[in-house]
Amino acid sequence: MKNIVIIGNGIAGVTAARHIRKLSDHKITIISAETDYFFSRTALMYVYMGHMKFEHTQPYEKYFWKKNRIDLKRAYINQILTEAKEVVTTDAERIPYDSLIIATGSKPNKFGWPGQDLDGVQGLYSYQDLEKLEANAPNKDICNRAVIVGGGLIGIEMAEMLRTRDIPVTFLVREDSFWNGVLPSGESEMINKHIKSHHIDLRLGVNLEEITADEHGRVKAIKIAETGEIIECNVVGLTAGVSPNIDFLKESGIELGRGVKVNRLLETNAKDVYAIGDCAEQHDPIGSRRPIEAVWYTGRMMGETVAQTICGNDTEYNPGHWFNSAKFLDIEYQTYGWVFSNKSKKDNELHFHWKHPEKDMCITVAYDAITNTFLGINTFGIRMRHEVFDQWLTNKVSVAFVIEHLKEANFDPEFYTHFEKEIIRAYQVQQTINA
Amino acid sequence: MSTLQKDMSLTGQAPKSLNTTQKIGTIVGMTGLIILVLAAFNINFPNKPIWLTISLLAIVMGVAVFTKGAYGNKQEGIKNDGVWFKSISSRGFLAWLAGIALTGFYIVLYFFAELLGLGVDGAANTGLISLFDPLSRFLNGGQASQWFVYGTLYTIAILAFGYKFINKYKHNRYEQLRTASVMFFQTAFAFVIPELMARLNTDDFSLPYNDLKNMWPLNYYAFDQWRVDELINAQTVGIVFLIFGILSIFVVSPILTYKYGKRWYCSWVCGCGGLAETAGDAFRQLSDKSMNAWKIERWVIHSVLVFSVVMTTAVISTYLGYDDSKYWLTKDVFLTGVAVFLGLLFAAIWYFKRDELAKDAQYGAIGYLVVVLSLIGIHYASSSTLFLFEAGTLRTVYGFLIGSVFSGVIGTGFYPIFGNRVWCRMGCPMAAILGMQQRLFSKFRITTNGGQCISCGNCSTYCEMGIDVRAYAQKGENIVRSSCVGCGVCSAVCPRGVLKLENDSQDGRINPTEVLLGNDVDLMELMNHNK
Repeated sequence: MKNIVIIGNGIAGVTAARHIRKLSDHKITIISAETDYFFSRTALMYVYMGHMKFEHTQPYEKYFWKKNRIDLKRAYINQILTEAKEVVTTDAERIPYDSLIIATGSKPNKFGWPGQDLDGVQGLYSYQDLEKLEANAPNKDICNRAVIVGGGLIGIEMAEMLRTRDIPVTFLVREDSFWNGVLPSGESEMINKHIKSHHIDLRLGVNLEEITADEHGRVKAIKIAETGEIIECNVVGLTAGVSPNIDFLKESGIELGRGVKVNRLLETNAKDVYAIGDCAEQHDPIGSRRPIEAVWYTGRMMGETVAQTICGNDTEYNPGHWFNSAKFLDIEYQTYGWVFSNKSKKDNELHFHWKHPEKDMCITVAYDAITNTFLGINTFGIRMRHEVFDQWLTNKVSVAFVIEHLKEANFDPEFYTHFEKEIIRAYQVQQTINA
Repeated sequence: MSTLQKDMSLTGQAPKSLNTTQKIGTIVGMTGLIILVLAAFNINFPNKPIWLTISLLAIVMGVAVFTKGAYGNKQEGIKNDGVWFKSISSRGFLAWLAGIALTGFYIVLYFFAELLGLGVDGAANTGLISLFDPLSRFLNGGQASQWFVYGTLYTIAILAFGYKFINKYKHNRYEQLRTASVMFFQTAFAFVIPELMARLNTDDFSLPYNDLKNMWPLNYYAFDQWRVDELINAQTVGIVFLIFGILSIFVVSPILTYKYGKRWYCSWVCGCGGLAETAGDAFRQLSDKSMNAWKIERWVIHSVLVFSVVMTTAVISTYLGYDDSKYWLTKDVFLTGVAVFLGLLFAAIWYFKRDELAKDAQYGAIGYLVVVLSLIGIHYASSSTLFLFEAGTLRTVYGFLIGSVFSGVIGTGFYPIFGNRVWCRMGCPMAAILGMQQRLFSKFRITTNGGQCISCGNCSTYCEMGIDVRAYAQKGENIVRSSCVGCGVCSAVCPRGVLKLENDSQDGRINPTEVLLGNDVDLMELMNHNK
């Protein structure tokens, strides 16, 4: 029986623990400084919005941990002694391990903006960030305006949250269209409009120059670099992406890049030390994936994988077809396979784009210019079946096949209006024009 | 769990507070209710038809105005902002107030109807019930009873809050159609048709109040002697109703449940479900999702089912004779028939589904044993006693405990505290039967979309039946649960498009997975198939 210690009780660490328990009788300890129990980080927004209470975000009841003999410890680890095989808490408690899994997730990026550490400036990642937001922006009387810096998934979530309390929001986005480093232009433009329709003051193509303070050291205003405009506000949300939360490893001798460097077995350079989830960085990217994948699903997959290796069945992290999902205010987004933005797509990648004439619904199908092979799909406002697209990607079907069989992949609730006919017609028109 | 909130939620900040339109709606609706309360306290309104119209219209308009205020200026999407901040929907002060008021109303309605002004022994009605006399005369020709008042208010509640629900889910056609359906069935089948049919009654022709969609065993008095006698005496129409009642139990319901799951009844047709889905919608998040609640649920609901079967059998056997020369259906034929039918049913379930049942089979066996022992008891009972109880007593106890206290006082009165489906989840014997079939012989399931779940918990939170939907979704496993009424709200509130209610083949309906779609295919193969 091995003694396994996991630092971090997010989806990656907890999935690893669950699978190790399925496969073995090892002793398992999960250490977290953040909360006593695992919760769904992606659901924090719903607590602030009043859709759920915090306990609703916890996927397992308390008995679960005891029943599965997973020990939970609340502590902050600030040192790893890889030679002695021990981790050390801030209280100088030494906890021995036979195998160690680092699953400490991310922290919000800060790019050295003047005033970035003032009171009222915060990210939105951890439970503590949620508490901070509740204190900084309980209502529109205390927070007259919030400025959000960074146009990604967390930024738009934070804007949505604040708007439920009628707090005016200014949303600064560096790109000239929302998330267009990832989304093709048609989709990105649709989201721009949707953001504005929710009375969010969306500013495109602007950067933060500085955050200024009042006499108490609280944020008072921000200044936009391009225009010099000063916007008074009580809260600044920093949502310009996240990076691995690994500062505590600097002295450990574990090889670090932006994240904890791991091989395909998710092993670090230190013996019996593994890293998974947001904080892990592959030496070489896998396929079109980034070396650091800060996504819920990949965290879970790495947890499923590392458990095998630790339990004696060496298994490489070998994820299948890419998929992801998000929600932009009222618009659901799903993606299967690869659809690159206009900025980052290669010459061989062509797009077929369909948008509903009035509603916030659209799809983009990516395919190979020469072989016509289906590469991936983005859908907005239409739900699709993961299994079907996974199969189609494996079978390398053609774009025409996908368009023709789109109905089989539809996952919308019963009685929803279908748009497959319109999509097929639009595709035929595009083919005629191209030919 | 709940701390007493002193906040009345009429002031304060978004999303907790009400906007001006919502406040006007609340005042208008409350005015309608206050007229009813005043009538209940024997304020004599001079022109009853007008005051009744004003009152009912005010209630409906109040809800409609509130709806406009709540959703009128909003885009299509999920409307749960502030649910856990509002006193009424988070077991706050207003919730307790509403719970106590509703519970009080049910106690008076069931046990002290004279307090509402019911005229006893042919006397004229007074108070609240007399206010409804004009409407009652207009529909059925007679004066109102407490049940007419209740039926009217019940229908008004489903219509008004149904309108609100349809507006809340303006982007979701499943929710809209389902709600339109319960609104229709309540208004037509439970209210207008039976009331109009009462007009047909003359001195030598009488039909009992008959809501065609209200099936045994939810309708526990379906086979009471007086009712069966009246139906038989009413000849063709009555016999047709009686046969339809029996067919719906043994033919219509099993076919529909096989094809669509129990939702065809529980969230599209049923009156109890209708009220829960409309007036009770604001309380769906209050259901208990713990494993303990699930254990209690299974014991309680199946005990009610056993109680209901024994009670009904005992009641029917009391008015069947012993002499088969008079009528082929004698007491002994009937008892043997019930025993054989249940025996075959139990054997068939065990034979075809033994792999899926495991421990549940033992519980089923216990239930079956209780029923059979009771049947033997009924057979050997002298006159009409069963063990120590008379069948009539059994029927009265059932009517009191299950029919009134459980389904009414607790089931509806406690909406604001325990959620809107306590009765359907814990008490309804009809739901138990449909649920058993849904679990074992149905094409219905909630499909989980591959690996897309982010464990956020919206589905579980808003499941009115207290199903921990997320527990399945995050394992990539379809949800096949006997209690699921197919309301579709888990699918609606899911931010990632993970859940879909569908009817499909039985193969792969239950699909436990360890490694989810999206990971290494070899690992999935290893973990999901070679266990």
